[in-house]
Amino acid sequence: MNTLVSEIKASYAFVERNFNLARRYASWEIIFIFWNVVHALTIGLIGVYMGGDDPVKVRESVLFLVVGAVLWNFLRLLFYEVADAVAWERWEGTIEYTFMAPVYRLTHLVGQCIYAIVYGFLRSGIVLISAVFFFDLDLANANILSAVLVLACASLSFLGMGLMAAVFPLLSPEKGARATDIFGTLVLLISGVYYDISVLPDWLRPLSAFSPGTYALRSIRAALLRKASVAQVQSDLILLVIIGIILVPLGLWVFHLAEVYAKKTGRLKRSG
Amino acid sequence: MGGRFSKLTEWSTWLEIDLTAAAIQCENLSKIFRVPSKIRDDGFFGRFKRKRKEIVAVEDVTFEVPKGEIFGILGPNGSGKSTLIRILSTLVFPDTGRARIFGLDVNQDTMTVRKHINRVSVDAAFFKKLSAWENLSYAARLYGIPVREARKKCVGILSEMGFDEDRVDQPLEDMSRGMQQKVAVARALFTSPVLLLMDEPTTGLDPISKRQVQDYVLRIQKQHEATVLFTSHDMDEAERVCNRIAIIHHGKFIAQGSVTELKEQAGCPEGSLEDVFFEMTGKDLALADLENEPTGGAA
Repeated sequence: MNTLVSEIKASYAFVERNFNLARRYASWEIIFIFWNVVHALTIGLIGVYMGGDDPVKVRESVLFLVVGAVLWNFLRLLFYEVADAVAWERWEGTIEYTFMAPVYRLTHLVGQCIYAIVYGFLRSGIVLISAVFFFDLDLANANILSAVLVLACASLSFLGMGLMAAVFPLLSPEKGARATDIFGTLVLLISGVYYDISVLPDWLRPLSAFSPGTYALRSIRAALLRKASVAQVQSDLILLVIIGIILVPLGLWVFHLAEVYAKKTGRLKRSG
Repeated sequence: MGGRFSKLTEWSTWLEIDLTAAAIQCENLSKIFRVPSKIRDDGFFGRFKRKRKEIVAVEDVTFEVPKGEIFGILGPNGSGKSTLIRILSTLVFPDTGRARIFGLDVNQDTMTVRKHINRVSVDAAFFKKLSAWENLSYAARLYGIPVREARKKCVGILSEMGFDEDRVDQPLEDMSRGMQQKVAVARALFTSPVLLLMDEPTTGLDPISKRQVQDYVLRIQKQHEATVLFTSHDMDEAERVCNRIAIIHHGKFIAQGSVTELKEQAGCPEGSLEDVFFEMTGKDLALADLENEPTGGAA
């Protein structure tokens, strides 16, 4: 029990540190949030164009696309924050200090991920609220609770992918952080972020079944467009949790392999 | 004596380490890095054809450091000092051999070892945008030290090294290298490690800061019986700070002992440590530094 408490406290070290870093770069964070909002609004405007003169169709198209844009931003931010924290530590040279501290790697990575999720929720919320005001969207027919619950369950599996993505900057501080976009773009392609997966070619469509993004988008759209209750999205929630239960240990294992490789080849050092 | 020993055993149980064992025990440690050979201008595909060459960073190193000793490792750049420190810090796996800290294997009892060691590296690695205190409180949380207690300890350590308390809340990027290095020393010491690994902690510091760090290391050894592994390529510093010294060259320990013993081994009892290094390697330390530079990064 004591160990669990001390590990929870230790994981807070990463949350606090990342929060302090974000505060130091507050003006940049505001610029990035503004960029996220502009991106979501641009995508939403495509929905206005597609909806034509039918207000119901406009609302459906805009919400469909805005949900995709918000989730895409959330996902990218999650990957980015987890990978960037590792890349940043590699640049500053602090990764050796972090890696020789008496904390389990799970604690370390969970700390990074908690910060990424909290910050991701905050930023996604700002983007969604901005889109609601910009498009004058009526969310009376939406079940926000179901949507938030789906996002929370999806976070688990996205984290597993984030842990795998964090391997890139661990091995290459110069190019690794950018390489994490590979994961995000794959999810973008197969999960139906801006389109229904039915438009995917026959050979590609089966892959969408393996992406947690597919279930997350389907359920969040059902919750926001058709007021789907928690019970109605239950099967997707269970699937998301199962994928998360598989992906988180898999992500940790992949990160562990990269750490062992880095320790064998002396890649953790920045200089000296 | 018996009472003292039983108290020591009691402490050992609480600390999960054997304080009666040698602070450091290394047996036949070796580490080879495989790095890309010389970059040649042979087109895009040349990158994939480049062969790898082996750099022997540490070769068959065996030594023991008793508790409470300041043990120096003296050698030129790229001689293997940092690799040895990284192996003991659980950051690099050795290819062969074994390293133990107070009886614990660094590769098997990693978590317990990490609780009881700390390290000061040649470059003060910090989140430079954050203040000294924000960096130190991050370390405090990682080591499970209450933040208030940590601040008190850190401010005390920093004051003893002549660091102005008012600057503890300033970003590290606004501080001189000497001040950053003092924060690095404080970060390593406030966790009360039973073994402190100092990898060229004074390199690049001005003479006053250098002296303050050296004095502090000597003080903690006297007051707390701390064990310190201290690497340097500064002969005078090694002679002033260390109880015993090992000379490392091309990854090998070529001699170890007290300064007097080393001088005797080298056949120059009246000479300096520089003379000892020259007698044992056939090279001047400054020249050995230059000689090692192309491969220095790996070792």
